[in-house]
Formats: sequence, C-alpha cells, structure tokens
Amino acid sequence: MDFFGHFNYWVVVALMMLGFYIVIARGNLVKKLIGLNIFQTSVFILYISAGKVSGGAAPILADNIELYSNPLPHVLILTAIVVGIATTSVGLALVVRIHAAYGTVEEEEILEQNSSC
Amino acid sequence: MLLVATAVALIRVRGLLASIMLTSVYGLLSASFFVTMDAVDVAFTEAAVGAGVSPLLLLLTVAIVGRKEAAPLRGRRALLPILLVTVTGALLIVGTFDMPHFGSADAPANHHVAPHYLQQSWDEIGIPNVVTSVLASYRAYDTLGEVLVIFTAGVAVILALAPPGQRGSARPARPSAEEHLGQHTILQVVSKLLIPFMLLFAFYVQFHGEYGPGGGFQAGVIFASGIILYGLLYGLPTVCRVIPPPVVEILAALGVLIYGLTGVISLLGGANYLDYSVLADDPVTAQHIGIIAIELGVGITVAAVIITIYYAFAARLLREED
Repeated sequence: MDFFGHFNYWVVVALMMLGFYIVIARGNLVKKLIGLNIFQTSVFILYISAGKVSGGAAPILADNIELYSNPLPHVLILTAIVVGIATTSVGLALVVRIHAAYGTVEEEEILEQNSSC
Repeated sequence: MLLVATAVALIRVRGLLASIMLTSVYGLLSASFFVTMDAVDVAFTEAAVGAGVSPLLLLLTVAIVGRKEAAPLRGRRALLPILLVTVTGALLIVGTFDMPHFGSADAPANHHVAPHYLQQSWDEIGIPNVVTSVLASYRAYDTLGEVLVIFTAGVAVILALAPPGQRGSARPARPSAEEHLGQHTILQVVSKLLIPFMLLFAFYVQFHGEYGPGGGFQAGVIFASGIILYGLLYGLPTVCRVIPPPVVEILAALGVLIYGLTGVISLLGGANYLDYSVLADDPVTAQHIGIIAIELGVGITVAAVIITIYYAFAARLLREED
C-alpha cells in the first residue's frame, strides 16, 4: 500500500511524458496538438486525484454523508477543460491557416520552405 | 492504466484519422476516471468535450489539411526526444516521493479554503452542489476570466478562418443541402430522434446544476454538441438556416454581457463586484439569483462560442472543397 501510495502521480508523469514526446518527436502539427491535449489531460488528472479523499463522496451536500472529496480542484479543472477546447480550436485554426499558406502541416517541410527563400 | 495504454497507442498510430478516434476513446476513459475520483461535474464536461467536441474539431481540421502524416523520426534523431522525455519523467517521479499519498484527507491540497467551502456553503449559499457554489459565487471572478478567455478564443478562430476581405460573420456561400440528404439516412433518422433529447438534457443540466452535477459549462458544451451533430448529418447550410451564424455570435457576446452586468448590478447596489448579497433581501435567495444569472451567462457563451467555432471550421471546409 505504501509503495502504491504514489501510483496516481506515476500515471500522471507517464501521460505527461507521452504527450510531451508526441509534441517534440512528431512533425505533424495536428499530431502535436493531440500530444498537447494528452499533456493537458495529465494535469487535469493530477489536480483531480489530489482532491480525492479516500472514502469521500462527490461534493454534493446530502444529509447522511460526512466525508466529501475536495470541490476546489473540480472547479478549477471543469473550467480548464472548456478553456482547453477553446484554445485547442484556436491552435487548429492556425494549423488550417498554415496549411493554406504552405500547403503542408509537416514541420520539416515548412522549415524547408522558410529557409529556401 | 487504460489511459496510458491509449496514449501509447496514440504514439504508435500513424494515420491522423486513427489517432483522432483514439483521442475520443481517451476522452471517454478519462471521463470515467473522473467519475471514480468523485469529480462528477468534471466528468460531465470531459465526456462532452474530450469524447465529443474536440475529436469533431480535429476531424474537421484533418478534412481540410489532409490525413497523411510523415514518417516518424528514425535512428539517431529519434533518440534525443526519447532521452529528454525519459530524463524529465524520471526527475518528476523522484519528485513524487515527497508528495502526499493518494486519497489522504490531511494532504495540503485538502486544507486551506476547501473545508470552509464544504462546511459553510450550505449556510452561506444554500445549494447542495458545492462545485457550483464555488464556481459561481466564491470564485466568480475566476470564472468570469475563463468565460472571457473562451469568448476571445471564439473571436480568434473567426478572425483566423474568415476568408480574405470578408466582413461580418462566416456564412456558407452556397445552399448545397440537397447533396447531403440521402447519404446517411439511418444516421439522420436516429439523430432526429436523439437531438431533441440532447438539447433538452442540456437545459436540464443548465438549470439543475445547483442540485446535481451540472452547470453552465457542461450545458453549453452538450447543447453545442447536439447542434454540431445536426450539422454533421444535415450539412452546414441546413444548420445555418436553423441557427444563423450572426445570431450565435451575438449570443456569445450576450452571455458575457449577462455575466458582467450581474457584477455591475451588485456594484450599483453598494456591494463589491459580483457580490450577490444585494440582489434580494434575503442573502441566501440573493445568492441563488446571482448564481442562476451567472450560470445562464456561462451556458449561453460556451454554447455559442463552440457552435461559432464549428461554423468557422465547417465553412472553411466547404470553401476548400470548391
């Protein structure tokens, strides 16, 4: 039990690094955004799991419940998810514009075109 | 564990289309994870956003830019990212040993203001869902900021995707609704049955957000995904006739306006900005009024902005096809 007490953090680290890997190792801009999304979700999981209290209930007040999980991370992450989709769509819009300007969304090809002129 | 497996699969998969499908699976999985973590409000949002709206937007983008993906790095050059990621990950893992154990009630994160919210919010605000009272009353400033970010993002998408020289909102140029009809008859019939319930459910989530999980953010996203589903199956021109883009854009601004004006009204009443206590004689009733007004503003803005973003992408797709 003691050893697995940090298991949630390890999952977060694993997800975060996988997302990070996609961002730096893949040249496709859409794929990079997917990687960023995974990175972002790992942060969500970090917050939510930090707010979990063993044996606690969802933070909706009821008469016969004594222990609740922490509502504060829920609020922060709930809004962060919606803000996240809004910012992701701005990123996607920029990808579309890059595609219109360069005819490709691969990082390498864009860099080549930039250096040749 | 499943989440990690899906993320690994995401790295391996080459085609963008398959990655997007995996993103959707990933969103659904993380939503169910949030349920087990007691974060039902968050799970609601993630299910609608992660499994629904965000893969749809990715799909629209891929439809515009093409689904081919270049080969991943090979040999020497592939080593550097792997090395970097491994070292960073190992450092972070070492860092976790100082963190409080999972689920412990005495972790620092569960002290400070959180117990106050849980113990006092019933007397001060009088609604059962603590997440809603923190979101819309204690931390209403934060939420206002976030709504503004969403609104700005919507504006930015319109600006980025508008055709050169166009003024006003994005409108599809040609009425090509007939092309779409008859292509997906079964889907269209099923969705015709489903969409009214989705929209109705969105309203339930909006107005029941004080008593159960839900609220403006979730309702907005669910409403928007209903409309987007309609748009995918019946074609953009058809949705645009049902809900014209200028109306949606005005609604997005209107939501922010409702939110801001609620604050101004409490200023005029002599209280602080977004302090609802002056909205009625009884402070608890005043809190109720304030929260309903704010959640309404949030819901309208979120739904309108996401529909606007969808319109912008879909209209762009139509133009690219021409």
